Amino acid sequence: MSLREVLTPFSVWKRVLDAPVSIADPFSREASEHYRGFHKNDMETCIGCGTCEAICQNGAIDMVPVEGQNTEKGDSGLRPMIDYGRCCWCALCVDICMTGSLTMSNEYTWVDSDPDAFRFIPGLNEPWKDKQAGYKRENGRVLSGTTRSPMGELHANERIDNFNEICVGYTREEAILEADRCVECGLCVATCPAHMSIPDYIAAVRDQDYDRGLQLLYETNPFSEVCGRICTHKCETSCAAVHEGDAIAIRWLKRHIVDNVPLERRVELIGAPKPATGKSVAIIGAGPGGLTAAYDLAREGVKVTVYEALPKPGGMMRYGIPEYRLPYDALDRDIAVIEAMGVTIKCATVVGVDVQMEDLRQSHDAVILAIGLQMGRGTRIPGSEGAGVERAVDLLRRITAGDPTVPVPETAVVIGGGNVAFDIARSMARLQKIKYGRVGLTLTALEDRAHFLADKEELVEGDEEGVLILDSRGPQEVMRDPSGQVTGLRTWAVTSIFDAEGRFAPAYDESDEQIHQGALVIEAIGQMADTSLLGDALTEKLEWNRGRIKIDSEMRTSEPWLFAAGDAVKGPDVINAVADGHRAARTVMEAIAQGEVVQ
Amino acid sequence: MFSFQPDRSEYPQPGLDGKLEIDLETGKYLKLWHGPNHPGITGNMSVELTVCGDEVVEGKTHVGYLHRGFEKLMERRTFIQVFPIVCRVCVPEPDFNEYCYAAAVEELAGIEVPELATWMRTLILEMGRFNSYMMFLGGIGGALGLGITGQWMTYVRDLMLDRFEELTGARIYHMFILPGGVRGHLPEGFAARMEEVLQTAETYLADVDKVMFANSVFQLRTKGIGVIEPALFEPYGVTGPNARAGGVAKDVRKDSPYLVYDQLDFEVATGMDSDIFTRAKVRRADIQTSIDLIRQILKKMPKDGPVMAKLPNVLHWKIPRGETYIKGECSRGEYGYYLVTDGSGYPRRINVRGPSYTHAMALLEHLIPGTNISDVAALMVSLHTYPPEIER
Ligand SMILES: Cc1cc2nc3c(=O)[nH]c(=O)nc-3n(C[C@H](O)[C@H](O)[C@H](O)COP(=O)(O)OP(=O)(O)OC[C@H]3O[C@@H](n4cnc5c(N)ncnc54)[C@H](O)[C@@H]3O)c2cc1C
Ligand code: SF4
Ligand code: SF4
Ligand code: SF4
Repeated sequence: MSLREVLTPFSVWKRVLDAPVSIADPFSREASEHYRGFHKNDMETCIGCGTCEAICQNGAIDMVPVEGQNTEKGDSGLRPMIDYGRCCWCALCVDICMTGSLTMSNEYTWVDSDPDAFRFIPGLNEPWKDKQAGYKRENGRVLSGTTRSPMGELHANERIDNFNEICVGYTREEAILEADRCVECGLCVATCPAHMSIPDYIAAVRDQDYDRGLQLLYETNPFSEVCGRICTHKCETSCAAVHEGDAIAIRWLKRHIVDNVPLERRVELIGAPKPATGKSVAIIGAGPGGLTAAYDLAREGVKVTVYEALPKPGGMMRYGIPEYRLPYDALDRDIAVIEAMGVTIKCATVVGVDVQMEDLRQSHDAVILAIGLQMGRGTRIPGSEGAGVERAVDLLRRITAGDPTVPVPETAVVIGGGNVAFDIARSMARLQKIKYGRVGLTLTALEDRAHFLADKEELVEGDEEGVLILDSRGPQEVMRDPSGQVTGLRTWAVTSIFDAEGRFAPAYDESDEQIHQGALVIEAIGQMADTSLLGDALTEKLEWNRGRIKIDSEMRTSEPWLFAAGDAVKGPDVINAVADGHRAARTVMEAIAQGEVVQ
Repeated sequence: MFSFQPDRSEYPQPGLDGKLEIDLETGKYLKLWHGPNHPGITGNMSVELTVCGDEVVEGKTHVGYLHRGFEKLMERRTFIQVFPIVCRVCVPEPDFNEYCYAAAVEELAGIEVPELATWMRTLILEMGRFNSYMMFLGGIGGALGLGITGQWMTYVRDLMLDRFEELTGARIYHMFILPGGVRGHLPEGFAARMEEVLQTAETYLADVDKVMFANSVFQLRTKGIGVIEPALFEPYGVTGPNARAGGVAKDVRKDSPYLVYDQLDFEVATGMDSDIFTRAKVRRADIQTSIDLIRQILKKMPKDGPVMAKLPNVLHWKIPRGETYIKGECSRGEYGYYLVTDGSGYPRRINVRGPSYTHAMALLEHLIPGTNISDVAALMVSLHTYPPEIER
């Protein structure tokens, strides 16, 4: 030990002169820009999906009702409440938040004598509500996928000269990837008219348990093979994933499950109906509304007879929706399961002609009316009466029926911009391609391209298939040559569709006139019900609501023995008809049980 | 100068079986609890000492004061939910847990981490090592009554915590190394602010050299004391600076390079005497290595690029059956995570291998007999023990 070693330590005495380094007032020390401090939540952006609650490993988040936040489509109305007695500020909740509404401030001191104050709902009135600084996820939402597995499709060249199904369906790998993205929040369930257990059947896809998936589907929808293809999939518009990426392909995943369970297995999985009750119900119309009610009632042991005017069952699913979107064998399989439950479908039997309402009333415990909207509406523009002008639903029905007299001219014009207009336009385009080797079809719609009523895919695919889509055109006259032959459609440019009160009142720029060549004009502007089957007495007796038979929320008409479902009374699509069918069946069962059905 | 030789005549003799015969009834011995609340104890553990005069004849380590059951807890958490827990396994050097866990998950789930993220991870680990050593220097000074190093090092550590805070959003539990990458990029101007911290640290460390390492009292109380015979390294699983101070140039960063260590230039510090002093010296050299590495990383790392890989939806993330052991060199030696997955959404088993477990439980008990009471604290600190990592 040298003297040096004794003295050296003393050289650091110089530090005595250093200023103190401690922070005297820790409360005013600003934390860093990305500090994970107290939570903030943008209440208007938050959708109450509860994904933050699901990921929190500390169970620090509870979803609670909050005044001023209402339950609506795509929003549970609940908001996260965080317990700072449990939170560890890991910010996983922020990272997974489906909307990006949940963030953190860089505030980190909070003194309160009330311990309950630390269970709080961020976004209400915390002092740091408007603070900009604080943790925000930098890499975007990486904890669950944002991009949809693409659906394989036939290329336009492969599909334009035939009616083959366009969408090929997911492979297992694609389906699992897509199913993986679902965060199981259930917001979609509320939007689905039939309240299908979406997150559960998506989980079944992830688990590759198609049997379970199919059973889940049949709990709420006997038309899952149909809906898996052509459902209007409103659920997807309220999917939590839509806020920062693509909605989960709920519809395609449903289809994927059904595609993976053979028909015989489906019947096996659903199991036998309950023993016969001795009750019987007549259903008019073998569309999704009538057949869903038939399925439910049959499963309850009721003897069901469905009366259908057309040669085959399915309603608009068969005679409206074109085969390239919904192949007939897919529809047949769904119907086969329903028939396997003991439902009798009497086709080519027009109620009101072959059999009368009164007969049905007498021979059954109850009658359900599910007649849909079979008549197309006309434009009533000059020249629209007479040969050469057709209604879309009539043509579609004839195409399905294989009617050889369906007119297929080299050029045709469709009036309308909804899905039905596209269905007939694209069907006709196919027939033209087959007959002439080229498409000569013009579609005119009142709406501008951004506001078409049809799905976006219809526009894209219509373009691809060579349909000339003209937007903001209002039909004025069907042009005819001196012999009366249709030669085309005269239109004006649309300047506005609705008046100041929001009523339908199209206004035109008359100087912008066009004539679209076509030997056939097809009107696709809406459908209406043909209620002539009721007969005068019953029509008189029933209560009506703006031209539709009036029903209550449980599908009862004003006649105790008569119930109604589907497009004829509600609409507008298959899944709503399915939901109606369930409701009607339930009400009928209750009514029968309580002896309410008085003849 | 002077030299103190204790009188060992009172020291109990081992019996034929090699065990000590300590008869408390004789009144020659005293039981003394060293910890769990003792400034010389590194964290919540205690040593049950049996002393004879001021000689320690036996020391039994007791842990359990801090048991949180993390390993078990993790078996009931999804893979993402384990992420916020792991850092808590070791409070003073939490990042190692984050890295080992993330790397284990990534290996079994087949996830490739973006390059920039591996650089960021290395940076974080070296920052963490630096801070861990700040605690050590403060601790070893404190154990010998030299309070000033503790004050200085706390300050320097705080400066580094500022850098952690701006980079990760938190000071202690950073929760930054997420399976798949890291949570963010370097903030603007980070390297310059880091350089300032490193320079300040270097001035303080120079003073520590003077006040502590060059201090005759420190030397007298640490040289030749608490010697770990190199023969014990293997059987007792001694790694890290504790082994390197005994001439074993073992360092996972060199021996099985992980992250970007094979692209960095550094030497492994070693010493020969295997006593308290040499262990402190080796760590002092390690601190400089960390400072150099931080500078190298900031200079060499890619300036841009993604830092997160695409993850499956973590809410129902299932990892195929498998097992792996991920290790790295933390400030105390080999740190590792053994992860077993069974194809479900939960880890089947996670086992944390922390050096404190072997160093402070088995080895310490072996080293204690024969020491002076006043040296126990320094001996314990010299093994660089973090009890939370013993009690996962
Ligand atoms: C062209 C077109 C495309 C469509 N595309 C889609 C789509 O992609 N997705 C979607 O969800 N929805 C679509 N829809 C709507 C959907 O088809 C209907 O909402 C749904 O079919 C309504 O079901 P429903 O049971 O009420 O009636 P319908 O399906 O119309 O069935 C009613 C049945 O009752 C029968 N009937 C009527 N009167 C009598 C009588 N007197 N005696 C015996 N039987 C009678 C009819 O022949 C018919 O079969 C489309 C509709 C059309 C017209
Ligand atoms: S920060 Fe972490 S612990 Fe806190 S509420 Fe969010 S997920 Fe839960
Ligand atoms: S994850 Fe986001 S959007 Fe969903 S409830 Fe939580 S804060 Fe709201
Ligand atoms: S499909 Fe979308 S809305 Fe439905 S549970 Fe999954 S994430 Fe939520």
